[in-house]
Amino acid sequence: MPAQCSSCTEKRAVLKRPKTGHSLCKECFFWAFEEEVHQTIVAAELFKSGETVGIAASGGKDSTVLAHVMKLLNERYSYGLELMLISVDEGITGYRDDSLETVKRNQQQYELPLKIVSYEELYGWTMDAIVKQVGLKNNCTFCGVFRRQALDRGAVMLKVDKICTGHNADDVAETVLMNVLRGDIARLRRCTAISTSSEGEGVVPRCKPLKYAYEKEIVLYAYFKKLDYFSTECIYSPNAYRGYARTFLKDLESIRPSTIMDIIHSGENLSVREGVKMPVQGTCSRCGYISSQALCKSCVLLEGLNRGLPKLGIGKHHRLHDKILSQQPLTEKEERKLKSVDF
Amino acid sequence: MCQVDEEYQEELERADGPSVSKKCVKCKEASAAVVIRAGDTYCRSCFKEYFIHKFRAMLGKNRVIFPGEKVLLAVSGGPSSCSMLSQVQEGLSQKAHKKLRFSPGIVHIDEGGAVGQSAEERQRKVSELQAVFKATGFPFLILPLEQVLDLPSSVVETALSPLEPPPSAYKAAVDRFNQTSSSDYLPPQEREEKSLPDVQKSHTQLLQQLMGSAKTLTAREDLLNTLRQHLLVHTARTEGYSKLMLGDNCTRLAIKLLTSISLGRGAQLAQDTGFSDSRYGNIISVRPMRDYSAKEIAFYNHMFNVPAVVVASLDTKTSEKASIQRLTESFVTKLQTDFPSTVSTIYRTSEKLQTACRSSSSADHSDRCLLCVCTLDTAVEKASAFQATLISEQLSQTKSLGCRNPGQSPGGEDCGRATSGGGCCSLTTETTDLKSLLCYSCQLTIRDMSSVDHLPLYILSEAQRRQRRAQMRDEISEFLLDDGDEGIYREV
Repeated sequence: MPAQCSSCTEKRAVLKRPKTGHSLCKECFFWAFEEEVHQTIVAAELFKSGETVGIAASGGKDSTVLAHVMKLLNERYSYGLELMLISVDEGITGYRDDSLETVKRNQQQYELPLKIVSYEELYGWTMDAIVKQVGLKNNCTFCGVFRRQALDRGAVMLKVDKICTGHNADDVAETVLMNVLRGDIARLRRCTAISTSSEGEGVVPRCKPLKYAYEKEIVLYAYFKKLDYFSTECIYSPNAYRGYARTFLKDLESIRPSTIMDIIHSGENLSVREGVKMPVQGTCSRCGYISSQALCKSCVLLEGLNRGLPKLGIGKHHRLHDKILSQQPLTEKEERKLKSVDF
Repeated sequence: MCQVDEEYQEELERADGPSVSKKCVKCKEASAAVVIRAGDTYCRSCFKEYFIHKFRAMLGKNRVIFPGEKVLLAVSGGPSSCSMLSQVQEGLSQKAHKKLRFSPGIVHIDEGGAVGQSAEERQRKVSELQAVFKATGFPFLILPLEQVLDLPSSVVETALSPLEPPPSAYKAAVDRFNQTSSSDYLPPQEREEKSLPDVQKSHTQLLQQLMGSAKTLTAREDLLNTLRQHLLVHTARTEGYSKLMLGDNCTRLAIKLLTSISLGRGAQLAQDTGFSDSRYGNIISVRPMRDYSAKEIAFYNHMFNVPAVVVASLDTKTSEKASIQRLTESFVTKLQTDFPSTVSTIYRTSEKLQTACRSSSSADHSDRCLLCVCTLDTAVEKASAFQATLISEQLSQTKSLGCRNPGQSPGGEDCGRATSGGGCCSLTTETTDLKSLLCYSCQLTIRDMSSVDHLPLYILSEAQRRQRRAQMRDEISEFLLDDGDEGIYREV
């Protein structure tokens, strides 16, 4: 006998929710999913009426669903927000060009203005060129750091008040695990926050409305709503350290599906001992962006790339920051250390 | 490689395999016998010194164990706890430099009944351990886990802890001890050891029923841990010990940290993996082995013939994904082979954590979890993961589920056993009520159990007592001026 939807008990159930295990019909699932995002937005007070919000769109499933749901909720509950799409072109041939097509399609479907910022115009380097210099092991660091600044720059150009990203529950749980494995206590404390702080020049606060939505549910939603998205893995990602955390998380989920929320709960309830050294927020002396060191990470990375010293920025080199700032040449030993790259 | 505060070494050398002609890095004379980390080769005597020194340093740095105190060593028979036992022996022996100054006792909990071992296997293991314990000369106890069914409910009550002594008290106590000299301190005597109590078959069956009511291996392991802890604490209390020493090593604690995070125990991480754990009030658990990796302990035990016994646990010989604990163990050990600093990085992370709210002795009983006795972390805050789970549950079900009103909870006269004719309603109220007394992760464990009836009586009766008290509180809540509980639970 086919199962009945456990919510409306009228229609036949067509799917089982990964999050709770209940069997639901299509409409009840849409309702539950959208309602949960709405509750998250309301409870965390993410937006204020009249704000302009930039949706970070990559063309992947998270940002496609995010754009769709944001537009829907904005109308249904009259948030009073003006929505826009911001997309970042990292310059990865075969991957980013295709996903950008999806974003352009989204723009037409949802009738939202779109701004594309590219690494090429901001930094003068595409990811392809970076990987040629850096290799396949630490390239994700470059991409991530550059993308963050690119999003902020794009947001400033569009004059938005807030950015929202499509990070889902799986991403947050993965980040918690990764930060424990790396021993990054500062990030561990911050990574479960649903929105970032809004102080600093040129920094636009960002939030994660999909923070409590499971990745599998996002895919289910997109599937049943027939939303179109680009679903290939970045070609440079297989060797990332995050992959370990991701596999672990997937295995955990198969044992106990609620683990993803449990990990987020753990992350939210962690507390750090007093007296543990934490980085202090300041500004970069070169570009003015927020930074906890004298030079912000992207300036350091860029410097490394431009000088042909790809390892500058990977690892701790604070002593060298002053040297770089004052344009002093580095000693031969330092240069040799920073040049070596293993592919 | 991916650690945050990583410094790159001057020259990246290839880690040389241990060769016979390698010299010890410490004394630089004798030839190396063991490689602890890549590049750290030690000779026998330097290794022994290093090992013993770490134990002392751990106890000395955290001045938690006072001279003359009675300390109960929880020995499971595995390599870590047997190593701990030998270190304590080493430290207390007369010829030791700066002798350790406490009186130890040993306790071993035979979990064969819960794990499914036969009576002969259990007897064999117990006699092996008896021989080991007798050789140390310390008073020892061997208890079957079945005894947990007969515990009094005082175990899960928070006892008053002694006031936190000021830091100077330790030094003062040591000076005082030294002045009264060692005439007061008697060497461990040949006490009559208690003979192993006979285990009744019916008790074993009850225990197995309890274990069987947990449907997933994860829940079963969690439950076993809880019961073992309760029995240990109770034993320490009745035998007059004030400290409990556990033999968790660094690798085990790193795995425990990740497991705890995966189980939702973020708020209790510091107590689960830190050096000292004071959740039980008057019994403080310490973990002196937490700086040793499993590898170091294995080397030491092998090289210096520390006797240990093979102990089967619930997840022995199970597949990798049988339980969260098992999966985490295999994940960490595999990652450790590729990134040798994984365990120590996780360990350092655990050192930087603390418990969210100070667990003061004046905390009301209702603030503590019924099973794990840690402060509850289920305050439904706005925009939290816990709230999100509740909302999801709500949205996925029809609103017309009766009997979910907590006001209809069974009264105090209920004996706690769900009447078989009650149907689903009374069962849901039963489990929902227990839920309000549990922390987030214990709630998950209970959710995985088919019925809570098999829980030992002391847990169920304490649950009812708290529920009655909460009901009383609700009735008079508008007249109470103070938020917390008054009178007898607070320090005078």
